[in-house]
Amino acid sequence: MQVPAPFDYVRATSVAEALQLLERHGEEARLIAGGHSLLPMMKLRLARPDWIIDINDLDELRHVTVDGGLLRVGALTRHADLLDSEEVGRLFPIVHDAERVIADPVVRNRGTIGGSLAQADPAEDLTTVCDVLRAEVVVAGPAGERTVPMAEFHRGPYETACGQNELLVEVRFPVRAGQGSAYEKVERRVGDWAVAAAGAAVVLADDGTIAEAAVGLTALGLEGLATDAAAALVGQRPGEEAFAAAGRLAAEASAPVEDGRGPVDYKRHLADELTRRVMRTAVARAGALTAVPGG
Amino acid sequence: MQVSMTVNGTEVSRDVEPRQLLVHFLRETLGLTGTHWGCDTSNCGTCVVLVDGVPVKSCTQLAAMTAGHEVRTVEGLADGGTLDPVQQGFMEEHGLQCGFCTPGMMLTARALLDRQPHPDETTIREAISGQICRCTGYATIVRSIQWAAAHPAAAPSDQEVRA
Ligand SMILES: Cc1cc2nc3c(=O)[nH]c(=O)nc-3n(C[C@H](O)[C@H](O)[C@H](O)COP(=O)(O)OP(=O)(O)OC[C@H]3O[C@@H](n4cnc5c(N)ncnc54)[C@H](O)[C@@H]3O)c2cc1C
Ligand code: FES
Ligand code: FES
Repeated sequence: MQVPAPFDYVRATSVAEALQLLERHGEEARLIAGGHSLLPMMKLRLARPDWIIDINDLDELRHVTVDGGLLRVGALTRHADLLDSEEVGRLFPIVHDAERVIADPVVRNRGTIGGSLAQADPAEDLTTVCDVLRAEVVVAGPAGERTVPMAEFHRGPYETACGQNELLVEVRFPVRAGQGSAYEKVERRVGDWAVAAAGAAVVLADDGTIAEAAVGLTALGLEGLATDAAAALVGQRPGEEAFAAAGRLAAEASAPVEDGRGPVDYKRHLADELTRRVMRTAVARAGALTAVPGG
Repeated sequence: MQVSMTVNGTEVSRDVEPRQLLVHFLRETLGLTGTHWGCDTSNCGTCVVLVDGVPVKSCTQLAAMTAGHEVRTVEGLADGGTLDPVQQGFMEEHGLQCGFCTPGMMLTARALLDRQPHPDETTIREAISGQICRCTGYATIVRSIQWAAAHPAAAPSDQEVRA
């Protein structure tokens, strides 16, 4: 039987109280949101906090709203909430692409966007999604709130800019007219973590060429965006030639490691292939958006 | 610590260790062994119960986190002597073999039908995709849920029929 080591449990009733509790209990305290990364780690003694601070009662952290050109998603928003939101799917189809393949529906009922980004597992899907959408993360701490761009928030595997005495409160996605986006993942079986995945977001210019592009990879050893791949796309006419060049550059930027999910060659091949596929879909969606007035 | 919650409509309060998982609270502290416990790694879904009507893996939630919430387990599916249509469906369509995955499957089915009374087959398959039937009886599980969707009014159980 796997049981976590003993700890004390306390439930926060506000963000301010959660911050006070983090301050009081210091290094030995951990926040718990969905618990679907933390509890498995505690069962395996990969985490051994003395204090668990439950933030599940903080309803103020559970919202999905569009406001002044931003989609604001509270940190405690469950995967299932994001998947249920038609507005999220319409504005950012990449989020629904990813959410459909994150774990399984029951895990998605509990796991949160805040927990996912804070956990920063190298195979975690929403980090790539937030990267390519150039999201910002709002972090609350003893000195108040600060807004951190994704590029600075995510520092590497299991490492973020969120300090021990801080709490992630919101993720903000800039809404871009005419943007197309997509995510695709290869998994060994339904509900499993990615063997590899890629995400892309594009904006087309009036003449149909690619005005802006962002490409990201999951579980492929690349931190941050595949900037060379994106640079090769900008100014190009969307098509197989441009996508192939981007795929090749994304594969070159990847640094996969061999594990039970596959050898290096295979994963590098996936970086190339999945980049082409998400570019195709993202461009098709960008076209669809501009074709619908006000869409 | 003292933990209070509603389980199958009854208020319960027990003194437990903060580290106790909901699955063990239900099975050991309350003696409700209908909730099964399998992989312990959040993968198999045999431990699924409804918390505030939503399917969750009870091996990956602390009893303490569940305090103040409403839990429904397989023991709470039947209403007195009347089986839930989902239970009836599993009988009619042979939705179980060894029965290990069955409680979790039935609770997920109940939550699905509460949300969407007439799901298509793809939706049913998607809803149970986080749960493993080691007997691989997925086809009959899907048919059982379809039976329940087609018979939303609970049928009387054998016992009631005999009485
Ligand atoms: C079987 C299984 C399969 C999975 N498959 C996938 C998958 O394919 N892709 C994927 O991306 N994920 C997957 N996950 C992970 C899932 O998405 C988790 O929900 C997620 O990683 C963590 O979210 P959580 O809310 O459960 O976080 P928790 O486990 O509660 O917390 C994780 C960490 O984040 C910290 N934390 C939580 N909330 C905050 C906050 N607001 N501010 C600061 N720190 C915070 C915690 O202290 C902890 O260190 C899987 C999980 C399981 C159990
Ligand atoms: S025992 Fe909980 S998912 Fe397997
Ligand atoms: S009936 Fe045996 S595991 Fe499903």
